[in-house]
This record gives sequence, structure tokens and C-alpha cells, in this order.
Amino acid sequence: MITKRIIPCLDVKEGRVVKGVQFVELRDAGDPVELAKFYDAEGADELVFLDISASHEGRKTMVEVVERVAAELAIPFTVGGGINSLEDMKRILRAGADKVSLNTAAVLNPSLIKEGADFFGSQCIVVAIDAKYDETLGSWRVYTHGGRKETNWEVVAWAKEAIKQGAGEILLTSMDKDGRKDGYNLKLTSAVSTAVSVPVIASGGAGNALHFAQAFAEGKADAALAASIFHYKETSVKEVKQYLKEEGVNVR
Amino acid sequence: MIGIIDYGMGNLYSVSKALERMNYNYVISSSPEELSKAKGLILPGVGSFKDAIEILNETGLAYFIKETVAAGTPLLGICLGMQLLFEESEENGISEGLGLLQGKIVKIPGVTSSGETYKVPHMGWNELENRNPSPLLEDVDGGHVYFVHSYYATTTDQDIVLASSIYNVEVPAVVGKGNVFGTQFHPEKSSELGLTILRNYAAIVEERVS
Repeated sequence: MITKRIIPCLDVKEGRVVKGVQFVELRDAGDPVELAKFYDAEGADELVFLDISASHEGRKTMVEVVERVAAELAIPFTVGGGINSLEDMKRILRAGADKVSLNTAAVLNPSLIKEGADFFGSQCIVVAIDAKYDETLGSWRVYTHGGRKETNWEVVAWAKEAIKQGAGEILLTSMDKDGRKDGYNLKLTSAVSTAVSVPVIASGGAGNALHFAQAFAEGKADAALAASIFHYKETSVKEVKQYLKEEGVNVR
Repeated sequence: MIGIIDYGMGNLYSVSKALERMNYNYVISSSPEELSKAKGLILPGVGSFKDAIEILNETGLAYFIKETVAAGTPLLGICLGMQLLFEESEENGISEGLGLLQGKIVKIPGVTSSGETYKVPHMGWNELENRNPSPLLEDVDGGHVYFVHSYYATTTDQDIVLASSIYNVEVPAVVGKGNVFGTQFHPEKSSELGLTILRNYAAIVEERVS
């Protein structure tokens, strides 16, 4: 059967990986290619690169980063951040990325998902959803603009709409859990994953190997993403997979 | 030299980069004339079967592929490129394929015989189970490879199924007959194991010619 995927996420700014990567064995811990190869060797199933460049130059640099990564990496990778048009998608996918991830732009203009899916196929189009619980409404709401703006979309409804438009995968981040390292938002993940027909990647809250097991068992996630615990070497992809194997989770 | 067939629907970059890393010469081209200089061909593909076969027919590439394969040149189809090797597909209405392998491309049902639903596309790493020996699977015995697809091949010719993967249904993962080969997964995205398969294909290409 198909395995559960472990996905390290790297923030890239102006062509360099940022947010404290602590790998002494690397010549250059800020180089996206070196880190990509490192995670590949560790058994990562896929990688996500999030472009957090603020400038136009930074975005152009990202295309070069994608080309370099694609030339050296033999596992799939997704690029997100600042993709606002079909032209942006073309640039990134033609540079060698396997998938692009759309967030704010997809909410503002859902037909962008369809344009991308029609042109490249659904398998290339990931819709990233930032979700936060709204106490008064008693439901999870979709946030845009890096979590700064609340929208009127309820998360499951938006996920379904995104898939109707052609999204082939959902990258679901719990803003309530993000950075807390006390586990993924299992209720949210399970609510979305059981409601949709495409794979769901859980994100936000990973602190240890047990949390990954929970994301798959209770969260019903198809994949789980993490950033800082891998970068700071609090655990490794290898360790997480070893643990999952012992727990009977099917991993590569 | 390996000729990568460019008909506008491929993941050409990652396939060519994988060959480059292994130091194999390649040419990416849409011209039969250019491609006929290659000792072996790769037919990549991402997208819909119907669109793909229409383009191959209109450009004369379908005819070229059939002629070249009949003359003994090895061909490797990847993902949609593998599906195109079969007789027909039901994706967006029935359309005829290249007919180099016996069988039909049908939708992954997404529901088990007991009524449980499961996710389609089949996306991610799944395990290979060897079925029939082949030079393409030299040094390959099981292991995981990366799939992304919603349709799969069904065939009554079990001899052509070289390896398969289970995703509720049995998905032919590596197929082959004579000088025609195909992988439903992406070898260029399947880490070391995928590169081994590409290397084996390159060796087949070299052997046939010398």
C-alpha cells in the first residue's frame, strides 16, 4: 500500500534558506540545494520550498533556485509563496518544480486553481490553507496574507471548492498549533481529510515523532510537514520514520 | 544517445536532468528527423490521455514512434507516456492509444468492493512487487517508487506486467514487451531506485545497438 509521506519545509528568502538551520555537517546550511540533498539522503519523501522573498529580485532568484534544486534532487518538490498568476506557475514548473502551492491568490481568485490545473494537470496544483479556529462561529476559518486576514470561508467548504476548481492536494496548516510543538491539530486535519477526495498534508505543531503518528492515525492525514524540528535537529526524518515503522505505520 | 520526445506534455526537465546526472547523452526534440538519430526513446507525459494522443497523431510522432519501435529501437514510456503505449483509454471518452501493448487504461475506482472510498489520485510512494524478470529491473527487487496518477492499465497479457503495486487494485507499475517498456511511476522522482531503473534502460539502449 501507499506510504505516509514525511515532508520537510524550507523557507527561502532571496535565494537562501532562512530560519535557523543547524547542520554542522553541511558546508553551507543556507544553500537550498545542499539542504535538499541532505533531506533526500535522510529519507524525506518530498520537499516544500516556501519563497518568503519580499522583492521582485528575490522572486526571480527563486526560479534559479528551483532550477538548481531540480538538477540535483531525485524526489518531488513543491514551491509556494508569491505565486499569483498562471505565468508565475509556468515559471516555477518549467524551472523543474513538480508542484506549485497556491494560498492567498487562490482565495482571491479561485479560477486561478482551474487555470493551473487545466494547463498542468491537478497533480501539479497544491492549495495551501491557513486555518484558525473561530470561537464565536464554532468553526475553522480560512486566513490569507500569511495569516493576517480572516476570510468568510469555512475551512472544509473552501477545501471542497478548491478541489472542485482542480486542486490535486491540500496543504493544511493550523495557525492555532503552528510553532507550539505540542502536536498537529488532529480534529481539523481529520475533518478536512475525511471530507475530501485528494491527499491532505498536515502542517503546524509537530514537536516529536509521536505527533506524526497521531497525524496519520487520528488526523487521517496522507502526509505530514514540519520545519523547525528538522532544521534544529530536535529529531530527524530518519528517526521519525524509524518510530513510525515500529508503530506499524507504512513508511518508505 | 537517448531521444526524449517533446510533444508539449512532458516533465522533460526532470527526466533530462536525471540522464545528465548519470552522464548519458540525450536530445529533447519534437522532430522525428532529430529523434531518429537516437538509439533509444523516452516518451514522458503529464496530463490527459486524449490531449496527448491527439498531439502525437497530429504531429506525426505517433507514426514515427510505431515505425521506430517496429525497427527495434527501445522505447520507455513514463507515467502518461506509459499509458499511451496501450490500446485505449477511457479518460475523457474512449480514445485509441499507440497499441504497442495489449490492454486498456481505466480509472482507479476510488471505492473498494465493500464500498469504502479511498483517495484518487494515487499519489505518493508505493511498493514495487516484481512480477516478471526483465533487464529493466536488474538489481531491483521491491522498494518504493513515486506515483501520481488517476488512471491505470488493465491487461489480460500478464507476461507484460514486470512489476506492480497495490493501491486497492493491482496497478501495473513496470510493463514491457520486447523493446517496449513503461513505468507508471516517475523513475526520475523515485530517488536511487528510480535512477537504477533509468540506468538499466540506458544499458538496454546501448546493448541493442552495439
